[in-house]
Amino acid sequence: MSKIFETPLYPYKRSEDQDASPTARHKVIVIGAGPVGLALAIDLAQQGMPVLVLDDNDRVSFGSRAICFAKRPLEILDRLGCGEPMVEKGVLWDTGRVFFDQDETYSFNLQPDSGHKNPAFINLQQYTFEEKLIERLRALEASGAPIELRGKNKVTALADNGDHVRLEVDTPEGSYLLEAEWLIACDGANSPTRRMLGHDFKGRVFEDNFLIADVIMQADFPAERWFWFDPPFNRGQSALLHKQPDNIWRIDFQIGQDIDRDEELKPENIHRRLRAMLGEDAEFELEWASIYTFQCRRMERFRYGRALFAGDAAHQVSPFGARGANSGLQDTDNLAWKLKLVIEGKAPEALLDSYSDERVHGAEENILNSTRSTDFITPKSKASRAFRDAVLALARQHEFARPMVNSGRLSVPCTYDGSALNGPDMAQLPADTRPGAPMKDADTGEGWLLERLGNRFQLLGINIEVPAALKLEGIAIEGLSLPATKDMKARYLGDAGTAVYLLRPDQHICARWLAYDEAALRAALKQAIGKA
Amino acid sequence: MLNLKPNLDDTDGFYASLIAAHDGLTAAQSEALNARLILILANHIGNKDVLDAALEAAART
Repeated sequence: MSKIFETPLYPYKRSEDQDASPTARHKVIVIGAGPVGLALAIDLAQQGMPVLVLDDNDRVSFGSRAICFAKRPLEILDRLGCGEPMVEKGVLWDTGRVFFDQDETYSFNLQPDSGHKNPAFINLQQYTFEEKLIERLRALEASGAPIELRGKNKVTALADNGDHVRLEVDTPEGSYLLEAEWLIACDGANSPTRRMLGHDFKGRVFEDNFLIADVIMQADFPAERWFWFDPPFNRGQSALLHKQPDNIWRIDFQIGQDIDRDEELKPENIHRRLRAMLGEDAEFELEWASIYTFQCRRMERFRYGRALFAGDAAHQVSPFGARGANSGLQDTDNLAWKLKLVIEGKAPEALLDSYSDERVHGAEENILNSTRSTDFITPKSKASRAFRDAVLALARQHEFARPMVNSGRLSVPCTYDGSALNGPDMAQLPADTRPGAPMKDADTGEGWLLERLGNRFQLLGINIEVPAALKLEGIAIEGLSLPATKDMKARYLGDAGTAVYLLRPDQHICARWLAYDEAALRAALKQAIGKA
Repeated sequence: MLNLKPNLDDTDGFYASLIAAHDGLTAAQSEALNARLILILANHIGNKDVLDAALEAAART
Protein backbone atom coordinates (compact mmCIF):
# COMPACT_ATOMS: atom_id res chain seq x y z
CA MET A 1 0.00 0.00 0.00
CA SER A 2 1.41 3.37 -0.89
CA LYS A 3 1.51 5.94 1.89
CA ILE A 4 -0.60 9.06 1.78
CA PHE A 5 2.53 11.19 1.64
CA GLU A 6 3.70 9.33 -1.45
CA THR A 7 0.48 10.07 -3.36
CA PRO A 8 0.16 13.17 -5.57
CA LEU A 9 -3.02 14.76 -4.16
CA TYR A 10 -2.87 17.86 -6.33
CA PRO A 11 -0.95 16.86 -9.45
CA TYR A 12 0.17 19.49 -11.94
CA LYS A 13 -2.48 20.60 -14.40
CA ARG A 14 -2.05 23.30 -17.01
CA SER A 15 -3.87 26.50 -16.09
CA GLU A 16 -5.28 28.98 -18.58
CA ASP A 17 -3.19 31.61 -16.75
CA GLN A 18 -0.15 30.01 -18.41
CA ASP A 19 -1.39 31.20 -21.81
CA ALA A 20 -2.97 34.47 -20.63
CA SER A 21 -2.14 37.84 -22.11
CA PRO A 22 -2.07 40.25 -20.42
CA THR A 23 -0.76 38.52 -17.30
CA ALA A 24 -3.53 37.17 -15.06
CA ARG A 25 -4.05 39.10 -11.84
CA HIS A 26 -5.41 37.49 -8.67
CA LYS A 27 -6.65 39.17 -5.54
CA VAL A 28 -4.76 36.84 -3.20
CA ILE A 29 -2.00 34.36 -3.96
CA VAL A 30 -0.79 32.09 -1.17
CA ILE A 31 2.61 30.47 -1.59
CA GLY A 32 2.87 27.08 0.11
CA ALA A 33 0.29 24.34 0.69
CA GLY A 34 1.36 23.28 4.18
CA PRO A 35 -0.92 23.53 7.21
CA VAL A 36 -0.68 27.33 7.30
CA GLY A 37 -1.17 28.08 3.59
CA LEU A 38 -4.08 25.65 3.31
CA ALA A 39 -5.80 27.00 6.44
CA LEU A 40 -5.48 30.57 5.19
CA ALA A 41 -6.84 29.68 1.75
CA ILE A 42 -9.81 27.83 3.26
CA ASP A 43 -10.53 30.75 5.59
CA LEU A 44 -10.56 33.26 2.73
CA ALA A 45 -12.50 31.06 0.31
CA GLN A 46 -15.25 30.20 2.75
CA GLN A 47 -15.75 33.94 3.25
CA GLY A 48 -16.10 34.34 -0.51
CA MET A 49 -12.65 35.83 -1.14
CA PRO A 50 -10.97 34.40 -4.28
CA VAL A 51 -7.65 32.73 -3.48
CA LEU A 52 -5.01 30.86 -5.46
CA VAL A 53 -2.51 28.56 -3.70
CA LEU A 54 0.79 27.73 -5.40
CA ASP A 55 2.93 24.85 -4.14
CA ASP A 56 6.22 23.59 -5.48
CA ASN A 57 5.19 20.02 -4.57
CA ASP A 58 2.04 18.00 -5.29
CA ARG A 59 1.60 16.01 -2.09
CA VAL A 60 1.34 16.29 1.67
CA SER A 61 4.25 16.52 4.09
CA PHE A 62 6.71 13.64 4.13
CA GLY A 63 6.84 12.10 7.61
CA SER A 64 4.89 13.09 10.72
CA ARG A 65 6.65 16.44 11.48
CA ALA A 66 4.14 18.62 13.39
CA ILE A 67 2.13 16.15 15.46
CA CYS A 68 0.56 17.96 18.37
CA PHE A 69 -2.42 20.28 17.91
CA ALA A 70 -3.75 22.34 20.79
CA LYS A 71 -7.27 23.43 21.70
CA ARG A 72 -7.20 26.91 20.17
CA PRO A 73 -6.08 25.69 16.71
CA LEU A 74 -8.77 22.99 16.92
CA GLU A 75 -11.30 25.75 17.57
CA ILE A 76 -9.98 27.63 14.53
CA LEU A 77 -10.30 24.44 12.46
CA ASP A 78 -13.88 24.08 13.68
CA ARG A 79 -14.56 27.54 12.29
CA LEU A 80 -12.95 26.39 9.02
CA GLY A 81 -15.28 23.39 8.89
CA CYS A 82 -12.70 20.66 9.42
CA GLY A 83 -12.01 20.41 13.16
CA GLU A 84 -14.26 17.44 13.90
CA PRO A 85 -12.65 14.96 11.45
CA MET A 86 -9.24 15.87 12.92
CA VAL A 87 -10.35 15.28 16.51
CA GLU A 88 -12.06 12.05 15.46
CA LYS A 89 -8.87 10.77 13.83
CA GLY A 90 -6.40 12.19 16.36
CA VAL A 91 -5.10 10.58 19.53
CA LEU A 92 -6.40 12.40 22.59
CA TRP A 93 -4.05 12.70 25.51
CA ASP A 94 -3.84 14.68 28.69
CA THR A 95 -1.22 12.92 30.82
CA GLY A 96 2.47 13.65 30.64
CA ARG A 97 5.19 11.72 32.44
CA VAL A 98 8.69 12.94 33.15
CA PHE A 99 11.55 10.50 33.69
CA PHE A 100 15.02 11.31 35.01
CA ASP A 101 17.77 8.70 34.73
CA GLN A 102 16.14 5.32 35.57
CA ASP A 103 12.86 6.42 37.14
CA GLU A 104 9.67 8.35 36.71
CA THR A 105 10.01 11.69 38.48
CA TYR A 106 6.39 12.81 38.31
CA SER A 107 3.39 13.00 36.05
CA PHE A 108 0.99 15.80 35.22
CA ASN A 109 -2.50 16.07 33.84
CA LEU A 110 -3.56 18.73 31.35
CA GLN A 111 -7.26 18.01 31.64
CA PRO A 112 -8.86 21.35 30.78
CA ASP A 113 -11.82 22.87 32.62
CA SER A 114 -15.10 21.31 31.68
CA GLY A 115 -17.32 23.20 29.29
CA HIS A 116 -15.10 23.16 26.21
CA LYS A 117 -16.03 21.36 23.01
CA ASN A 118 -12.44 20.58 22.07
CA PRO A 119 -9.80 18.62 24.01
CA ALA A 120 -6.59 20.17 25.34
CA PHE A 121 -4.53 18.41 22.64
CA ILE A 122 -4.65 15.84 19.92
CA ASN A 123 -1.76 14.09 18.24
CA LEU A 124 -2.08 13.81 14.50
CA GLN A 125 0.59 13.43 11.84
CA GLN A 126 1.12 16.57 9.77
CA TYR A 127 0.43 14.58 6.60
CA THR A 128 -3.00 13.53 7.90
CA PHE A 129 -3.66 17.09 9.04
CA GLU A 130 -2.84 18.38 5.56
CA GLU A 131 -4.85 15.62 3.91
CA LYS A 132 -7.94 16.71 5.86
CA LEU A 133 -7.35 20.36 4.94
CA ILE A 134 -7.13 19.36 1.28
CA GLU A 135 -10.40 17.42 1.64
CA ARG A 136 -11.99 20.58 3.02
CA LEU A 137 -10.51 22.65 0.20
CA ARG A 138 -11.92 20.20 -2.36
CA ALA A 139 -15.37 20.34 -0.73
CA LEU A 140 -15.32 24.14 -0.90
CA GLU A 141 -14.18 23.98 -4.52
CA ALA A 142 -17.03 21.57 -5.34
CA SER A 143 -19.55 23.94 -3.78
CA GLY A 144 -18.31 26.75 -6.03
CA ALA A 145 -16.07 28.61 -3.57
CA PRO A 146 -13.35 30.62 -5.35
CA ILE A 147 -10.35 28.50 -4.34
CA GLU A 148 -7.68 26.86 -6.49
CA LEU A 149 -4.61 24.80 -5.59
CA ARG A 150 -1.87 24.41 -8.20
CA GLY A 151 0.72 21.68 -7.66
CA LYS A 152 4.26 21.78 -9.08
CA ASN A 153 4.05 25.55 -9.37
CA LYS A 154 7.31 26.87 -7.98
CA VAL A 155 7.72 30.62 -7.57
CA THR A 156 11.17 31.57 -8.85
CA ALA A 157 11.13 35.38 -8.90
CA LEU A 158 9.13 38.14 -7.21
CA ALA A 159 8.79 41.91 -7.47
CA ASP A 160 6.59 44.19 -5.36
CA ASN A 161 5.30 46.78 -7.84
CA GLY A 162 3.42 48.91 -5.30
CA ASP A 163 -0.17 48.00 -6.12
CA HIS A 164 0.60 44.34 -6.86
CA VAL A 165 3.31 41.69 -6.67
CA ARG A 166 4.59 40.11 -9.86
CA LEU A 167 5.49 36.42 -9.71
CA GLU A 168 7.44 34.22 -12.05
CA VAL A 169 6.30 30.64 -11.66
CA ASP A 170 8.08 27.53 -12.88
CA THR A 171 6.10 24.43 -13.88
CA PRO A 172 6.87 21.09 -15.59
CA GLU A 173 5.78 22.86 -18.82
CA GLY A 174 7.93 25.95 -18.39
CA SER A 175 7.46 29.22 -16.60
CA TYR A 176 4.69 31.83 -16.64
CA LEU A 177 3.86 35.13 -14.98
CA LEU A 178 1.19 36.00 -12.44
CA GLU A 179 0.19 39.10 -10.53
CA ALA A 180 -1.22 39.22 -7.02
CA GLU A 181 -2.85 42.17 -5.32
CA TRP A 182 -1.78 40.53 -2.07
CA LEU A 183 0.85 37.86 -1.67
CA ILE A 184 0.91 35.67 1.42
CA ALA A 185 4.07 33.64 1.98
CA CYS A 186 3.41 30.43 3.89
CA ASP A 187 6.44 28.65 2.48
CA GLY A 188 8.11 27.47 5.66
CA ALA A 189 11.21 28.19 7.73
CA ASN A 190 13.47 28.40 4.68
CA SER A 191 10.92 30.62 2.89
CA PRO A 192 12.21 31.26 -0.64
CA THR A 193 9.77 34.20 -0.76
CA ARG A 194 11.44 35.84 2.21
CA ARG A 195 14.82 35.32 0.61
CA MET A 196 13.75 36.59 -2.82
CA LEU A 197 12.28 39.75 -1.27
CA GLY A 198 15.44 40.20 0.80
CA HIS A 199 14.02 40.30 4.34
CA ASP A 200 15.86 39.50 7.57
CA PHE A 201 15.22 36.47 9.74
CA LYS A 202 17.09 36.98 12.97
CA GLY A 203 17.40 35.02 16.18
CA ARG A 204 19.22 32.35 18.07
CA VAL A 205 20.64 29.19 16.56
CA PHE A 206 20.74 26.00 18.63
CA GLU A 207 23.47 23.46 17.93
CA ASP A 208 21.87 20.27 19.23
CA ASN A 209 20.68 17.67 16.76
CA PHE A 210 17.52 15.64 17.20
CA LEU A 211 16.76 12.35 15.49
CA ILE A 212 13.04 11.81 14.98
CA ALA A 213 11.54 8.50 14.02
CA ASP A 214 8.02 7.35 13.19
CA VAL A 215 7.75 3.75 14.33
CA ILE A 216 4.87 1.40 13.58
CA MET A 217 4.35 -1.03 16.44
CA GLN A 218 1.73 -2.84 18.46
CA ALA A 219 2.66 -1.62 21.93
CA ASP A 220 0.72 -1.22 25.11
CA PHE A 221 2.19 2.14 26.07
CA PRO A 222 -0.73 4.39 26.97
CA ALA A 223 -1.60 7.50 24.96
CA GLU A 224 0.59 9.78 27.07
CA ARG A 225 3.48 12.11 26.51
CA TRP A 226 6.66 10.55 27.97
CA PHE A 227 9.75 12.69 28.31
CA TRP A 228 13.14 11.41 29.50
CA PHE A 229 16.01 13.45 30.84
CA ASP A 230 19.33 11.59 30.76
CA PRO A 231 17.87 8.08 30.35
CA PRO A 232 20.08 4.94 30.38
CA PHE A 233 19.27 4.37 26.68
CA ASN A 234 20.38 7.88 25.66
CA ARG A 235 22.93 9.01 28.24
CA GLY A 236 23.42 12.70 28.77
CA GLN A 237 20.62 13.51 26.34
CA SER A 238 16.81 13.59 26.27
CA ALA A 239 14.09 11.58 24.52
CA LEU A 240 10.38 11.93 23.84
CA LEU A 241 7.69 9.34 23.06
CA HIS A 242 4.27 10.28 21.70
CA LYS A 243 1.46 8.20 20.26
CA GLN A 244 -0.05 9.03 16.87
CA PRO A 245 -3.01 7.46 15.07
CA ASP A 246 -2.65 4.12 13.22
CA ASN A 247 -0.25 2.55 15.78
CA ILE A 248 2.48 4.97 14.84
CA TRP A 249 4.73 6.20 17.61
CA ARG A 250 6.80 9.29 17.34
CA ILE A 251 10.17 9.13 19.05
CA ASP A 252 12.59 12.06 19.33
CA PHE A 253 16.17 11.45 20.47
CA GLN A 254 18.45 14.33 21.32
CA ILE A 255 21.78 13.21 19.81
CA GLY A 256 24.08 16.11 20.64
CA GLN A 257 26.28 18.43 18.64
CA ASP A 258 28.85 17.76 15.89
CA ILE A 259 27.29 14.51 14.70
CA ASP A 260 27.77 12.57 11.48
CA ARG A 261 24.31 12.85 9.90
CA ASP A 262 24.76 10.11 7.31
CA GLU A 263 26.04 7.70 9.92
CA GLU A 264 23.19 8.50 12.35
CA LEU A 265 20.55 8.02 9.64
CA LYS A 266 21.73 4.53 8.66
CA PRO A 267 18.83 2.17 9.40
CA GLU A 268 21.04 -0.14 11.51
CA ASN A 269 22.02 2.77 13.77
CA ILE A 270 18.44 3.96 14.16
CA HIS A 271 17.38 0.39 14.96
CA ARG A 272 20.15 0.15 17.57
CA ARG A 273 18.82 3.28 19.29
CA LEU A 274 15.23 2.07 19.13
CA ARG A 275 16.15 -1.36 20.56
CA ALA A 276 17.99 0.28 23.45
CA MET A 277 14.86 2.26 24.22
CA LEU A 278 12.06 -0.20 23.45
CA GLY A 279 13.81 -3.43 24.45
CA GLU A 280 15.62 -6.12 22.45
CA ASP A 281 12.38 -8.03 21.84
CA ALA A 282 10.28 -5.10 20.66
CA GLU A 283 8.74 -5.62 17.23
CA PHE A 284 8.47 -2.50 15.18
CA GLU A 285 8.81 -1.13 11.70
CA LEU A 286 10.52 2.16 10.98
CA GLU A 287 8.29 4.32 8.77
CA TRP A 288 10.29 7.53 8.58
CA ALA A 289 13.27 9.17 10.23
CA SER A 290 14.94 12.52 9.99
CA ILE A 291 17.48 14.67 11.81
CA TYR A 292 16.72 18.24 12.66
CA THR A 293 18.31 21.20 14.34
CA PHE A 294 16.38 24.34 15.05
CA GLN A 295 16.51 28.05 15.59
CA CYS A 296 14.34 30.50 17.47
CA ARG A 297 13.96 33.54 15.25
CA ARG A 298 11.51 35.81 13.52
CA MET A 299 11.19 38.48 10.87
CA GLU A 300 11.18 42.02 12.18
CA ARG A 301 7.72 42.60 10.69
CA PHE A 302 5.27 40.19 9.05
CA ARG A 303 4.07 42.70 6.47
CA TYR A 304 6.22 44.40 3.85
CA GLY A 305 4.07 46.33 1.39
CA ARG A 306 1.94 43.90 -0.59
CA ALA A 307 3.62 40.80 0.87
CA LEU A 308 2.62 39.22 4.16
CA PHE A 309 4.31 36.33 5.93
CA ALA A 310 2.68 33.63 8.07
CA GLY A 311 3.73 30.48 9.92
CA ASP A 312 7.34 29.29 9.92
CA ALA A 313 8.12 31.68 7.06
CA ALA A 314 7.61 34.53 9.55
CA HIS A 315 8.81 32.91 12.76
CA GLN A 316 10.55 29.74 13.77
CA VAL A 317 10.59 28.17 17.24
CA SER A 318 12.06 25.05 18.79
CA PRO A 319 9.66 22.10 18.66
CA PHE A 320 9.29 21.91 22.46
CA GLY A 321 5.78 23.04 23.30
CA ALA A 322 4.21 22.41 19.89
CA ARG A 323 4.25 26.08 19.02
CA GLY A 324 5.07 25.87 15.31
CA ALA A 325 2.00 24.79 13.37
CA ASN A 326 -0.20 25.85 16.30
CA SER A 327 1.00 29.44 16.08
CA GLY A 328 0.86 29.36 12.26
CA LEU A 329 -2.85 28.61 12.43
CA GLN A 330 -3.31 31.54 14.78
CA ASP A 331 -1.55 33.71 12.17
CA THR A 332 -4.07 32.77 9.50
CA ASP A 333 -6.94 33.23 11.95
CA ASN A 334 -5.71 36.78 12.54
CA LEU A 335 -4.98 37.61 8.91
CA ALA A 336 -7.93 36.29 6.87
CA TRP A 337 -10.66 38.67 8.08
CA LYS A 338 -8.38 41.70 7.92
CA LEU A 339 -7.37 40.93 4.36
CA LYS A 340 -11.02 40.51 3.38
CA LEU A 341 -12.04 43.90 4.83
CA VAL A 342 -9.10 45.65 3.17
CA ILE A 343 -9.79 44.05 -0.23
CA GLU A 344 -13.47 44.97 0.07
CA GLY A 345 -12.48 48.57 0.82
CA LYS A 346 -14.17 48.50 4.23
CA ALA A 347 -10.98 48.96 6.22
CA PRO A 348 -7.76 50.91 5.56
CA GLU A 349 -4.61 49.04 4.50
CA ALA A 350 -3.16 49.94 7.90
CA LEU A 351 -5.34 47.19 9.38
CA LEU A 352 -2.83 44.75 7.90
CA ASP A 353 -0.09 46.31 10.01
CA SER A 354 -2.07 45.20 13.05
CA TYR A 355 -1.67 41.63 11.75
CA SER A 356 2.07 42.12 12.01
CA ASP A 357 1.88 43.81 15.43
CA GLU A 358 -0.42 41.21 16.96
CA ARG A 359 1.33 38.17 15.54
CA VAL A 360 4.82 39.51 16.28
CA HIS A 361 3.56 39.72 19.88
CA GLY A 362 2.43 36.07 19.59
CA ALA A 363 5.74 35.02 18.03
CA GLU A 364 7.71 36.73 20.82
CA GLU A 365 5.73 34.81 23.40
CA ASN A 366 6.33 31.54 21.58
CA ILE A 367 10.03 32.22 21.07
CA LEU A 368 10.48 33.13 24.75
CA ASN A 369 8.73 29.98 25.93
CA SER A 370 10.35 27.61 23.48
CA THR A 371 13.82 29.09 24.10
CA ARG A 372 13.42 28.55 27.84
CA SER A 373 12.32 24.96 27.26
CA THR A 374 15.30 24.38 25.01
CA ASP A 375 17.68 25.81 27.59
CA PHE A 376 16.26 23.44 30.20
CA ILE A 377 16.35 20.39 27.94
CA THR A 378 19.81 21.11 26.50
CA PRO A 379 21.71 23.07 29.22
CA LYS A 380 24.41 25.28 27.72
CA SER A 381 26.71 25.60 30.77
CA LYS A 382 27.84 23.53 33.76
CA ALA A 383 25.88 25.79 36.11
CA SER A 384 22.78 25.44 33.95
CA ARG A 385 23.08 21.66 33.97
CA ALA A 386 23.63 21.60 37.75
CA PHE A 387 20.43 23.57 38.35
CA ARG A 388 18.53 21.47 35.82
CA ASP A 389 19.59 18.23 37.48
CA ALA A 390 18.83 19.68 40.93
CA VAL A 391 15.30 20.58 39.80
CA LEU A 392 14.78 17.07 38.44
CA ALA A 393 16.13 15.46 41.61
CA LEU A 394 13.95 17.63 43.85
CA ALA A 395 10.84 17.18 41.70
CA ARG A 396 10.55 13.52 42.67
CA GLN A 397 9.86 14.37 46.32
CA HIS A 398 8.89 18.01 46.36
CA GLU A 399 5.94 19.54 44.59
CA PHE A 400 7.53 22.99 44.43
CA ALA A 401 10.16 21.86 41.93
CA ARG A 402 7.69 20.35 39.45
CA PRO A 403 6.58 23.60 37.80
CA MET A 404 10.29 24.30 37.23
CA VAL A 405 10.70 21.17 35.10
CA ASN A 406 10.45 22.47 31.56
CA SER A 407 10.12 19.82 28.86
CA GLY A 408 8.04 22.21 26.75
CA ARG A 409 5.39 24.73 27.79
CA LEU A 410 2.53 23.55 25.67
CA SER A 411 0.96 25.99 23.27
CA VAL A 412 -1.72 28.25 24.71
CA PRO A 413 -3.51 30.96 22.75
CA CYS A 414 -2.08 34.44 22.61
CA THR A 415 -3.94 37.42 24.10
CA TYR A 416 -3.27 40.59 22.11
CA ASP A 417 -2.67 42.82 25.12
CA GLY A 418 -1.86 46.36 24.07
CA SER A 419 -3.11 45.93 20.50
CA ALA A 420 -4.17 49.14 18.77
CA LEU A 421 -7.40 47.34 17.82
CA ASN A 422 -8.50 46.82 21.43
CA GLY A 423 -11.33 48.98 22.74
CA PRO A 424 -12.52 49.71 26.27
CA ASP A 425 -12.49 47.16 29.07
CA MET A 426 -14.50 46.83 32.26
CA ALA A 427 -12.32 45.90 35.20
CA GLN A 428 -15.04 44.04 37.10
CA LEU A 429 -15.43 41.44 34.31
CA PRO A 430 -13.19 38.30 34.36
CA ALA A 431 -9.57 39.04 33.39
CA ASP A 432 -9.22 36.00 31.09
CA THR A 433 -11.76 37.42 28.65
CA ARG A 434 -10.32 40.95 28.44
CA PRO A 435 -10.01 42.75 25.09
CA GLY A 436 -7.39 41.02 22.93
CA ALA A 437 -8.17 37.55 24.34
CA PRO A 438 -9.72 34.76 22.29
CA MET A 439 -13.23 33.79 23.37
CA LYS A 440 -13.34 30.83 25.74
CA ASP A 441 -15.75 28.12 24.80
CA ALA A 442 -18.77 27.59 27.03
CA ASP A 443 -21.90 25.51 27.32
CA THR A 444 -24.68 27.99 26.46
CA GLY A 445 -27.48 25.59 27.31
CA GLU A 446 -28.14 25.36 23.55
CA GLY A 447 -24.84 24.04 22.25
CA TRP A 448 -21.25 25.28 22.35
CA LEU A 449 -20.63 29.00 22.35
CA LEU A 450 -17.78 28.91 19.83
CA GLU A 451 -19.92 27.05 17.29
CA ARG A 452 -21.99 30.24 17.08
CA LEU A 453 -19.09 32.64 16.78
CA GLY A 454 -16.69 33.76 14.09
CA ASN A 455 -16.47 34.81 10.43
CA ARG A 456 -18.20 38.15 11.15
CA PHE A 457 -18.33 40.85 13.77
CA GLN A 458 -20.69 39.94 16.56
CA LEU A 459 -22.19 41.60 19.58
CA LEU A 460 -22.79 39.26 22.49
CA GLY A 461 -25.21 40.30 25.22
CA ILE A 462 -25.19 38.17 28.34
CA ASN A 463 -28.29 38.53 30.49
CA ILE A 464 -29.13 41.54 28.35
CA GLU A 465 -30.82 42.06 24.98
CA VAL A 466 -28.68 43.48 22.17
CA PRO A 467 -29.93 44.34 18.62
CA ALA A 468 -30.07 41.17 16.48
CA ALA A 469 -28.65 42.92 13.40
CA LEU A 470 -26.79 46.18 12.95
CA LYS A 471 -24.82 47.83 10.18
CA LEU A 472 -22.15 50.32 11.19
CA GLU A 473 -19.33 51.68 9.02
CA GLY A 474 -20.57 49.44 6.20
CA ILE A 475 -20.01 46.35 8.35
CA ALA A 476 -22.77 43.99 9.39
CA ILE A 477 -22.79 43.08 13.06
CA GLU A 478 -24.81 40.14 14.27
CA GLY A 479 -26.24 40.35 17.78
CA LEU A 480 -26.59 37.35 20.07
CA SER A 481 -28.42 37.63 23.37
CA LEU A 482 -27.68 34.69 25.65
CA PRO A 483 -28.63 33.75 29.18
CA ALA A 484 -25.91 33.43 31.82
CA THR A 485 -25.40 29.68 32.17
CA LYS A 486 -22.84 28.49 34.72
CA ASP A 487 -20.00 28.57 32.15
CA MET A 488 -21.09 31.92 30.69
CA LYS A 489 -21.25 33.50 34.12
CA ALA A 490 -17.84 32.18 35.17
CA ARG A 491 -16.12 33.16 31.92
CA TYR A 492 -17.89 36.35 30.91
CA LEU A 493 -19.72 37.95 33.84
CA GLY A 494 -17.84 37.29 37.05
CA ASP A 495 -19.62 39.38 39.67
CA ALA A 496 -21.37 41.63 37.14
CA GLY A 497 -25.07 41.11 36.38
CA THR A 498 -24.86 41.82 32.64
CA ALA A 499 -22.19 42.25 29.99
CA VAL A 500 -21.92 43.16 26.29
CA TYR A 501 -18.94 41.93 24.25
CA LEU A 502 -17.89 43.03 20.76
CA LEU A 503 -16.17 40.14 18.94
CA ARG A 504 -13.94 40.05 15.88
CA PRO A 505 -14.42 37.53 13.06
CA ASP A 506 -11.49 35.54 14.53
CA GLN A 507 -13.37 35.13 17.85
CA HIS A 508 -11.06 37.54 19.68
CA ILE A 509 -12.58 40.16 21.96
CA CYS A 510 -12.50 43.82 20.84
CA ALA A 511 -14.20 45.55 23.74
CA ARG A 512 -16.71 44.95 26.52
CA TRP A 513 -19.20 46.94 28.58
CA LEU A 514 -21.84 46.34 31.21
CA ALA A 515 -24.64 47.66 28.97
CA TYR A 516 -25.33 48.33 25.30
CA ASP A 517 -24.59 51.76 23.85
CA GLU A 518 -24.54 52.32 20.08
CA ALA A 519 -22.09 55.23 20.14
CA ALA A 520 -19.62 53.20 22.22
CA LEU A 521 -20.06 50.24 19.91
CA ARG A 522 -19.40 52.36 16.83
CA ALA A 523 -16.22 53.76 18.36
CA ALA A 524 -14.99 50.26 19.30
CA LEU A 525 -15.78 48.91 15.84
CA LYS A 526 -13.83 51.74 14.18
CA GLN A 527 -10.94 50.97 16.48
CA ALA A 528 -11.12 47.25 15.63
CA ILE A 529 -10.89 47.88 11.87
CA GLY A 530 -8.02 50.35 12.05
CA LYS A 531 -10.17 53.46 11.41
CA ALA A 532 -9.62 55.08 14.79
CA MET B 1 7.36 26.12 58.45
CA LEU B 2 9.25 25.35 55.27
CA ASN B 3 7.01 25.70 52.22
CA LEU B 4 7.68 22.90 49.70
CA LYS B 5 4.60 23.68 47.60
CA PRO B 6 4.93 25.81 44.43
CA ASN B 7 5.31 29.43 45.53
CA LEU B 8 6.99 31.38 42.69
CA ASP B 9 4.81 33.86 40.81
CA ASP B 10 6.85 33.60 37.58
CA THR B 11 8.61 30.25 37.70
CA ASP B 12 10.02 30.25 34.16
CA GLY B 13 11.04 33.90 34.39
CA PHE B 14 12.91 33.30 37.64
CA TYR B 15 14.62 30.19 36.28
CA ALA B 16 15.74 32.06 33.16
CA SER B 17 17.18 34.89 35.30
CA LEU B 18 18.98 32.39 37.51
CA ILE B 19 20.65 30.68 34.55
CA ALA B 20 21.42 34.02 32.87
CA ALA B 21 23.21 35.19 36.05
CA HIS B 22 25.74 32.39 35.48
CA ASP B 23 26.34 33.14 31.80
CA GLY B 24 30.03 33.51 31.05
CA LEU B 25 31.20 32.69 34.59
CA THR B 26 33.94 30.18 35.38
CA ALA B 27 33.06 27.22 37.62
CA ALA B 28 34.65 28.97 40.61
CA GLN B 29 32.78 32.20 39.90
CA SER B 30 29.49 30.26 39.58
CA GLU B 31 30.08 28.53 42.87
CA ALA B 32 30.82 31.85 44.56
CA LEU B 33 27.70 33.41 43.06
CA ASN B 34 25.58 30.54 44.36
CA ALA B 35 27.13 30.88 47.83
CA ARG B 36 26.33 34.59 47.94
CA LEU B 37 22.82 33.95 46.67
CA ILE B 38 22.13 31.31 49.33
CA LEU B 39 23.32 33.67 52.08
CA ILE B 40 21.14 36.51 50.78
CA LEU B 41 18.07 34.25 50.60
CA ALA B 42 18.83 32.76 54.04
CA ASN B 43 18.94 36.22 55.56
CA HIS B 44 15.62 37.03 53.93
CA ILE B 45 14.05 33.88 55.39
CA GLY B 46 15.52 34.59 58.79
CA ASN B 47 13.92 31.78 60.76
CA LYS B 48 16.47 29.14 61.91
CA ASP B 49 13.94 26.29 62.01
CA VAL B 50 12.89 26.96 58.42
CA LEU B 51 16.51 27.12 57.29
CA ASP B 52 17.33 23.87 59.11
CA ALA B 53 14.38 22.19 57.37
CA ALA B 54 15.61 23.51 54.01
CA LEU B 55 19.13 22.21 54.67
CA GLU B 56 17.70 18.82 55.49
CA ALA B 57 15.43 18.71 52.41
CA ALA B 58 18.39 19.57 50.17
CA ALA B 59 20.65 16.99 51.82
CA ARG B 60 18.08 14.22 51.64
CA THR B 61 17.24 14.58 47.93
